Amino acid sequence: MSKITSLADLKKKREELKTGMDIRVKAINPENVVQVKVAMATCGIASGAKTVMEFFLEQLERRNVAAIVTQTGCMGYCYAEPTIEVKLPGADPVVFGFVDLKRADQIIEKYIKTGELVDGIIPVNYQTIDLKE
Amino acid sequence: MKELSLNILDIVQNSIRAKAYDILIEIIESVAKDIYQIIIKDNGTGIPAEILKNVTDPFVTTRTKRRMGLGLPLLKYHAELTGGNLKIESETGKGTSIRADFSNSHIDRQPLGDISGVLLILMATNPGIDFTYLHKTDNGEYRFSSKETMDYLEIETLNDRKLLEEIGNMINENLKEIEASGIDFKELNRDIL
Repeated sequence: MSKITSLADLKKKREELKTGMDIRVKAINPENVVQVKVAMATCGIASGAKTVMEFFLEQLERRNVAAIVTQTGCMGYCYAEPTIEVKLPGADPVVFGFVDLKRADQIIEKYIKTGELVDGIIPVNYQTIDLKE
Repeated sequence: MKELSLNILDIVQNSIRAKAYDILIEIIESVAKDIYQIIIKDNGTGIPAEILKNVTDPFVTTRTKRRMGLGLPLLKYHAELTGGNLKIESETGKGTSIRADFSNSHIDRQPLGDISGVLLILMATNPGIDFTYLHKTDNGEYRFSSKETMDYLEIETLNDRKLLEEIGNMINENLKEIEASGIDFKELNRDIL
């Protein structure tokens, strides 16, 4: 495939991708899909949150899991970074710590797909960070 | 932080928290002049004067979850390691501008790293924010704007992973064109590992 160097090339490429895209751009109701929040403060970024974020963005789509992946601030568990918060539809959010790519894979395969808990859960009465505070 | 791009990802979080909707990330590098500058400008709420004085003190933060913040102190530290410095200008209600000066040739000047990956993450997770990336080298300059890209493609959000991947390729190709340093870091890393 030829290299994409300009917006015009990009537009052409997008036309090629378009057929598959319409399926993905479905009206997502956040309450009905899996929500993954990756903690992206200094502590998280320094421990590899970027790689973890890229992994979830790519793999959830590749494995056909309807999900929203977003970033959040520091959850206060800097010692356990990278941390992520996973909220399955209708369930309370769960925070996982020390998420490397291996654990991220387990989280998708076990927790997200079957609801089975995996190692690394930070057991607290946890509430989603309100970024406005 | 292993790469300057991660520092950028971190500092931009401040802008996002300051409710900015227009964020400029600019890199000016010159081998001839031995400079490497990172500039981040936003139109967020700005930093109040009394905090601005102490903003690079790790024990100063506006966050309530933990009582310290290392983002700016780390960037300052990395800049000072190379004989450079960090300047912050801010006006409440107008926005903040941060400039980190590095010596380009200094051995402690980290590589830029995966800047396109950082831009993609920022764009994918902050749909309401316009990100502009400007990179100037001795050989030319490259400008990327998320808003212009979306307008050109006639789309409203950048959440399609394949499209994002192609945008990343486009940015990398253009940066290669002006021979911006550090761009092949990902590939380099793969070779070493």
